[in-house]
Amino acid sequence: MSRDNNIAVDIQNVTKMYGDVTALKGVSLDIRDNEFFTLLGPSGCGKTTLLRVIAGFEEISNGAIILYGQNIANLMPNERPVNTVFQQYALFPHMNVTENVMFGLLRLGQDRANAKTRVGEVLELVQLSDFADRMPSQLSGGQQQRVALARALAPSPKVLLLDEPLSALDLKLRQAVRLELQQIQNQTGITFIFVTHDQEEALTMSDRIAVIESGQVQQVGSAREIYEAPKNKFVADFIGKTNLLDVSVTDLARGKGSCILPGGVQITCPAAEGAHAGSGHLSVRPERITITALGKGLVQGTVARHIYLGTDLHVEVNLVEGGHVTVRMQNSTQIQIPKVGQLVCLDFEPNFARLLVD
Amino acid sequence: MMSEKNLDLRYFTGFLPLTLLCLFLLYAPLIVVMVYSFNDSNSITRWDTVSLRWYYDVFYGLEAPKFKAAAINSISIAIMAATSATIIATLAATAMLRAGRFKGKSFSFALINLPLMVPEIVTAVATLIFFSAIGFTTGYLTILIAHIVFCIPFAYLPIAARMEGIEGVYEQVAQDLYATRLQAFRLILMPLMAPGILSGFLLAFIISLDDFIITNFVKGAGIETLPTAIFGAVKQGIKPNIMAISTLLLVVSVGFVALSYFVGQMGEKANPTTKPKGD
Ligand SMILES: Nc1ncnc2c1ncn2[C@@H]1O[C@H](COP(=O)(O)OP(=O)(O)OP(=O)(O)O)[C@@H](O)[C@H]1O
Ligand SMILES: [Mg+2]
Repeated sequence: MSRDNNIAVDIQNVTKMYGDVTALKGVSLDIRDNEFFTLLGPSGCGKTTLLRVIAGFEEISNGAIILYGQNIANLMPNERPVNTVFQQYALFPHMNVTENVMFGLLRLGQDRANAKTRVGEVLELVQLSDFADRMPSQLSGGQQQRVALARALAPSPKVLLLDEPLSALDLKLRQAVRLELQQIQNQTGITFIFVTHDQEEALTMSDRIAVIESGQVQQVGSAREIYEAPKNKFVADFIGKTNLLDVSVTDLARGKGSCILPGGVQITCPAAEGAHAGSGHLSVRPERITITALGKGLVQGTVARHIYLGTDLHVEVNLVEGGHVTVRMQNSTQIQIPKVGQLVCLDFEPNFARLLVD
Repeated sequence: MMSEKNLDLRYFTGFLPLTLLCLFLLYAPLIVVMVYSFNDSNSITRWDTVSLRWYYDVFYGLEAPKFKAAAINSISIAIMAATSATIIATLAATAMLRAGRFKGKSFSFALINLPLMVPEIVTAVATLIFFSAIGFTTGYLTILIAHIVFCIPFAYLPIAARMEGIEGVYEQVAQDLYATRLQAFRLILMPLMAPGILSGFLLAFIISLDDFIITNFVKGAGIETLPTAIFGAVKQGIKPNIMAISTLLLVVSVGFVALSYFVGQMGEKANPTTKPKGD
């Protein structure tokens, strides 16, 4: 792994055990300076644990955590120049907004006058200047969330950790706050490590995403890389919706593979690293598939049902050879929708399909 | 709906008379004492007219110096015992609830709270034997030590209940924001604990102020607290001034218990464990 200066956090082979439970299994990650980095994975996969390990609330069983060149694995939480926005916000209930935001600055030894100026700046950044004297119990959920953010930003940490900070907000507010968070990250230049189990949130906000499953990193990459070139079945399935066709792989060379589709048609398409000959899985995204006239496509099946989604329409097709495929169509009047029970052919551009490692 | 109503305890035959009987047994003696403390008569049973004569007697009568000395002992002991017990109980609760899991935790819990279950007479005898075994002369100091000890569980209960209600995440946030563990304790946990601590102090204070059995065993000759002084006076026949002094003690006790309760309520209202509200 590269050791250049622009690595903010270098997590090396970190393992965390809770008794017999292995919450993190040899996790290695490089998080770049000034990056919006997201940890994405299903519930219980170890996202919170990894954040707590970086913040210093959990001792690690093995490995190292290098923050800008310094191993911080043995430092106490208060000795680490990272701050956390906790999922429950946990604003100090006996302090008003200003006192909450000032807390970290005072502990760092700033005098009250300077701290007060800084609090003003940060509250402006999160658009809460008018609420400086309120108590936490007098704030809405969204406002509490911003105070928690301001409180963590005030001491200008080198890295900001955010544990599902938007999950308690309703959809509209969540979308607005997403944009704000991105803007704040741009303005401050602080490295963000953001935890979520919401793939849409991850795709729209992040510079890079680490997909985690059962305490192991499955893939790291930009939203586009992870969506377009998933490494394995888990990633393909977890990020967006995909169709997995049972195929038999015949040839593999330089990132390309030949395979035989159900029904016998042979195609050549991109293959994930580690794919091997024999029976395998081909991932095709629902929006890449079109329904064509009989005899013109790559596979054949009968329409099982329609799912109406407003802007889109999903057509589920049962393949003649078994298995089913979802086709996503735009809900416009020009498109002819095949009827349930109708025999259809499905077509897709092989370049947009991908052979996966199981 | 009808059947639900019929199942309600309040509609059982005899519920009302039984309730009234219980209330009567509980409060009749107290009310009699309170009412007769305002009696002008020398007799404790024959009603004369309303007067504050016996209250005057408590403060300025023949026995006034004795009661005054006893009251000063009682109050000074109660203040010191409650303060010490509250400090010890706060530290114990912090260790029990904030030090993570440790060996013998449930044993420690039992150890702290067992005195509540042990018959007071047993504690009294044991304490006396202990003091004489180590050659301690009985007096003010032995009363104080004994009071500190038996007040600890009473102070511990409200303090621990409060601390249990405060999520550990606040202290973690504080540490994340560069507070040392001590600062997190002092600046975050202590202020959030304040109602519990005050409530524990008041409870310990009143327990100490009211104690008779243990005090009577360990006090030795020549020193009295208010309850032992009252007991001593009653042995020579009940005079109406006892009713006046009992009423005063009752008012103080009820006042403190009520205060302890309201302090606890106040803490609940400024509930620190409130989850973030949705919009
Ligand atoms: N204190 C603990 N003691 C024992 N096991 C724990 C503890 N904390 C977490 N675990 C276990 O470690 C695993 C990872 O937990 P973690 O909280 O990191 O999940 P997560 O990815 O944050 O999930 P979620 O999205 O639900 O918050 C889980 O299997 C969990 O049961
Ligand atoms: Mg979590």
